[in-house]
Amino acid sequence: MNVESAAKSISIALTGSGGSGVMTAGQTLLDAARSCGFYGLMTRSSGPQIRGGEAAAMLRLATRQVESHADRFDVLLALDFENVQRFAAELPLDAGSLVIADPKAGEIPAAIAAYGARVARVEMNKLAKSVQGGRISMVALGILARLTGLPEEAIISAVSQTIGQRKPEAVAASEQAVRLGAVAAEGLPEAPRLELPAEKPAGRWSITGNEATGLGALKGGVRFVAGYPITPATEILEWMAPALQQCGGVLIQAEDELASINMVIGASHGGVPALTATAGPGLSLMIESIGLAVASETPIVVVDVMRTGPSTGIATKSEQTDLNIAVYGLHGDAPHVVVAPLGISDALATAQWSVALAEAIQVPVIVLSDQSIGQSRAIIDRPEDVAFVARRETAAAHPDSYRRYELTANGISPMALPGLPGGQFTADGLEHNAQGTPSSQAQDHIAQLDKRLRKVEGYDYGDFWAEIEGEGPLAVLTWGSSVQPVREAIATARAHGIAAKPIALRLIAPAQPERLAAALGGVKRLIVVEQSHSGQFWRYLRAHYDLGIPTVPMYRPGPLPIRPGEILEIILREARS
Amino acid sequence: MTPAQPPEVQYKPAHYKSAIKPVWCPGCGDHSVLLAFQRAMAELALPPEKIAVVSGIGCSSRIPAYTNTYGFHGVHGRSLALATGLKVARPDLTVIVASGDGDGFSIGGNHFLHACRRNIDLTYIVMDNRIYGMTKGQPSPTTELDWDTAIAPGGTGLSPFHPLVVALASGANFIARGFSGDIPGCARLIVEAVRTPGFSFVQVLSPCITFRPDQQQAWKDLVRNAPVPETDDPGRAARRLMTDDGFNLGVLYRGKRPPYATRSLANLPAAHLEEEFTA
Amino acid sequence: MTGIPELPKIGSAAEFYAQALAIETEASERYTSLAEQMEVHNNPEAANIFRKMAGIESQHRETLRQRAGDMLVGGEAAHFSWTGPEGPETAEFEKVYYLMGPHQALQIAKINEERAAAWYEAIGEATQIAEIKAVAAEMARDEREHIAWVEQWLQQFPPPDEDWDEDLDPPVFSD
Repeated sequence: MNVESAAKSISIALTGSGGSGVMTAGQTLLDAARSCGFYGLMTRSSGPQIRGGEAAAMLRLATRQVESHADRFDVLLALDFENVQRFAAELPLDAGSLVIADPKAGEIPAAIAAYGARVARVEMNKLAKSVQGGRISMVALGILARLTGLPEEAIISAVSQTIGQRKPEAVAASEQAVRLGAVAAEGLPEAPRLELPAEKPAGRWSITGNEATGLGALKGGVRFVAGYPITPATEILEWMAPALQQCGGVLIQAEDELASINMVIGASHGGVPALTATAGPGLSLMIESIGLAVASETPIVVVDVMRTGPSTGIATKSEQTDLNIAVYGLHGDAPHVVVAPLGISDALATAQWSVALAEAIQVPVIVLSDQSIGQSRAIIDRPEDVAFVARRETAAAHPDSYRRYELTANGISPMALPGLPGGQFTADGLEHNAQGTPSSQAQDHIAQLDKRLRKVEGYDYGDFWAEIEGEGPLAVLTWGSSVQPVREAIATARAHGIAAKPIALRLIAPAQPERLAAALGGVKRLIVVEQSHSGQFWRYLRAHYDLGIPTVPMYRPGPLPIRPGEILEIILREARS
Repeated sequence: MTPAQPPEVQYKPAHYKSAIKPVWCPGCGDHSVLLAFQRAMAELALPPEKIAVVSGIGCSSRIPAYTNTYGFHGVHGRSLALATGLKVARPDLTVIVASGDGDGFSIGGNHFLHACRRNIDLTYIVMDNRIYGMTKGQPSPTTELDWDTAIAPGGTGLSPFHPLVVALASGANFIARGFSGDIPGCARLIVEAVRTPGFSFVQVLSPCITFRPDQQQAWKDLVRNAPVPETDDPGRAARRLMTDDGFNLGVLYRGKRPPYATRSLANLPAAHLEEEFTA
Repeated sequence: MTGIPELPKIGSAAEFYAQALAIETEASERYTSLAEQMEVHNNPEAANIFRKMAGIESQHRETLRQRAGDMLVGGEAAHFSWTGPEGPETAEFEKVYYLMGPHQALQIAKINEERAAAWYEAIGEATQIAEIKAVAAEMARDEREHIAWVEQWLQQFPPPDEDWDEDLDPPVFSD
C-alpha cells in the first residue's frame, strides 16, 4: 500500500557502476535541492567492491522535513544496469514510476522490470561524450532537474561547489553536460514535480546522523574519544577527530575496541567526559569493560551504530537488533542506561543527553543509533538547543575520610578526581565496600548492588524519555529508526480519518512502567514496530512492562528499510477491528 | 613528569602506602616491588594525589589497592589502554602501570605493542614470574618451554616471548630490567623510568614462591648488573637484547624518541562547529 | 649479589649516624611488614616474633637518635643508596614462608643481628675517626646483646618438624 505522505515529496533513485559517479551526483542533487529551499534525504547503497562497484543513491526531496524514505520511487535513473539487481528490493517502483536508461544499457533487468514501471531511453552516454570532459552523471543531473522542476542553475551551482574545489576546469564541462541533459529531458514522459518554495530560508542544515551524534556529544561536553574504525560508525570518529582539536579535546585511534573502551574509561576516571563509537561486533568486544565501568561507577558513553547482524552480518545495512546485547549483554547484575535517537536530527539532542546522563549518574550510557540514521544525510531545520550538559558530582575539596562509594540516598556518590589531595581511591571491577576496598562480604555486595540499581532507576529522566503525541484509542509504540516511518504512516492515517498515537521511546533502559502506563491511558489497541527478526523490542516490553491491552507486534529484520506503507496497513486493519 | 614538591613537604616512602595489607604470599617478589615503588615516588617527591597506578588482573595487579595514590584496577590485559586514556586526558598526572607476565604479554600483548608504539609518557612495570600465579600455575608467555604444568604436561614446547626485544621493536623509549631481590636497584630503575619521557618499560623479575619456589635462589645466582652501560642506539640495543639471557639488570636502552603529544589547535566552544552544516 | 654489602666510605660521624639510623629504621620497618604478612596469613606465632623484633629495632633506633642528638640533620635519617641490595640488618622479603614457625623467624632475626654486628665491627675497624669508632663499637655491642636475646628466645621454640611446610590444601585462586 502506498502512502501519500502529508509532506509533498518526490523520490528519485540514481544507479550506476564502475566509477560513473553516482554518489557524487546524488549529493549534488541534494545540495541543489537544498539551495532551492527544499528539505531532503539521501541514502546510499553499494556493492562490496572498494571502487568501481555498482552504486545507488536514493533521494527524497520534499517541502517538509523528511527523515525516512517513502514507499516507492517516482524515478529511477540508471546510468547503466551493471549488477543493478542487487538493489532491486531497495528500489520499489510501480506503474506510475519512470525508469530512465541509456539504450546502450541493454534490457531492463528482470527484477526491475517486474515492478511494471514506465521506461524511457535517453542517449546519456552519447551526450556526455559530445562534450570534452563530459560525464554521464552530469547529463543525468540535467535530466533530473528538468524532470522534477529544479532549476538547472541550482544544479550547476552545486556542481561547481563540489567539483570546483578539486578541478576547476571540469566545471565548464559539467555545466555543458547538465544543460544537454536538461534539453534531452524535454521529450520524457511526465514525472511528479515539486513546487519551488517561495522562500529559501537560511540556516538549514545538511547533516548525517553520525555527524549529528558527534556534534551532540561535543555540545554535551565530551572532550576525549577513543575508537576503532568500523562500518557504519567510522564517520563519527572521523568527524570528531578534527572537531575535538578545535575544542581542546583529543581523539585516539586505538588498536582495537578493547583498547578503545578502556581508554575511554581511563580518561573518564581522570575527570574528562569520554565517548567511543562502534557497531555490533565492536560492542560485543567492549562488553566486558562496559561492565567494568558499571562496577567502578565510571561515566562513559558508548555509541552503537547498529547494523544488520548477527556477527559480521551486513555491515552497510541497518537493523535494530543490538537491543538485547545493549540491555542484557553485561555479565552480572549491571544496571546501566540505554537510549536511542528517534532519527537524524534527534541524534544531536540524544547524544547530548547521553553525556549528561552518564556524568550525572556515573554510569555507562549506550546509545543505540543505526546505519540508516548514521549514514543518511538529511536537510533539516537547525535542531532546537537542549540544556543537557555534563555535570559530574565531584568530591569537595579537602575531604575528611573520603569514601568513594558512599551509600547515599540517591545512590550517586561524589567522585574524587585525581589530583585532589585526600581523595585517593582505587577504582575497581572487584566488588567493594563504601570505601572502595575490595570486599567479598555479602552485605557489601548487596549494599553496592542496591546503590548501583537505585541510582539508575531512581534518576528523574524527565520528559525527554519519549516523544508522545496526540490521543487516540490506537497507539503505535516504537523506537530508533522505526520512528519516522511510523510517524509518516500515522500522518497518512489521519488523512484517512484514523487517529493513532505515536509513542516513540528514547529511553530504552531502565524501563519506565509508570510513564508508559500513563501514555497508554485511554488506548485500547497497541501496535509495536521494530526492525528485528526475533522481535527484541517486543519481548523486552513484555519482560518489563505490563502492557495490559491487546497488542500487535510488527517486526521484521533488515536489510530493507521499514516503509510507512507496511505500518499503515496494520494501522488501518487494527482501526477497523 | 611532574616538578618536585616545594621543600616544606618531604615525602617518605610510607606516604605512598595505603592502609590495606597485601595478600601476596610471604616470600613473593611483589612485596619488594611495592617497596621499591614507594621509595621511588619519595625520591621523585611526587604528591601521592598526583600519581595514578593502573593495573589489570593477576597477583601483580593487586598493587593499586596497596598504594596511597589514585588508581584503577581494571580488567585482564587492558591496563595499558586504561592508562593511555587517563594520561592523555590528564597529562598532569604521573601514571604508573603495573602488570604481570600473563596480563601484560598474553591477553595484553596487543596493547603492549601499541603502547610502545605510541610512546605515551607512562611507566610500565611488569612483575615477571614466568607463571600464571593467580589461576594456579599455568605457563605464561615467558615460561621456559619445558616447564611442566597440569595444563601443558611436559611443557608448552614454545620458545618464551622476549618482552624487551618486542618493546624495542615497537618503539618503547626506555627499557630496563630489575630483580625483586634488589630493592634499591628497582627503585632506581623506577625513578629513571618516570624521569625519562615517553614509554618506559621495566621488567622486574619477581619470583613466585608458591608455584616456582626455586626461582628466588636460582635467579639470585643468575642475575648480574649489565656488563655494559646503557645505550641510546636502537641497533646496538637490538643486538644486545636479542642475545640477552634474561638476567642482565639495569637500564638497557634509553632512546630519544619524543613522547606522544596531542595536537590541540584551538579551544572553541562546541557550538562553533555548527557552521559546517549550515548553507 | 649475596652476603654482606660492601662497606661504604664513611667520612664523618654525622654520616655514620645517618647510615646507622637508616639501617635500624629499615630493619624495623621490614619486621613490621613481615609481621603484617604473617597476620594476613593467619600465622600469629611468627607474626609475634616479627612484631617483637620490630619493637627491638625501633627502640634501638631511638637510642641511636638520642646518642646522635644534633648530629642528625633535622632529626631524620639521610637517604643513602646501599652498595648492596639492602641494609645488613634487614630481613629479606624472600626469606619468609607463610607456614614458618617462631623458630625459623628467630633464625632469620639471629642472622640479621649477626650481620649487623659484623657490619658495625667492620666499620669500627675501618675508620680512623675516633667518634665513629666509639659509636660503632657501642652499636656492635648492642647487636651482640640482641643476638644473645634471640638465642635465649630460641630456647623456647623447638626446631620445626620435617613436614613443617606441608599444607594439605592446594593453592586457591581468588580473581
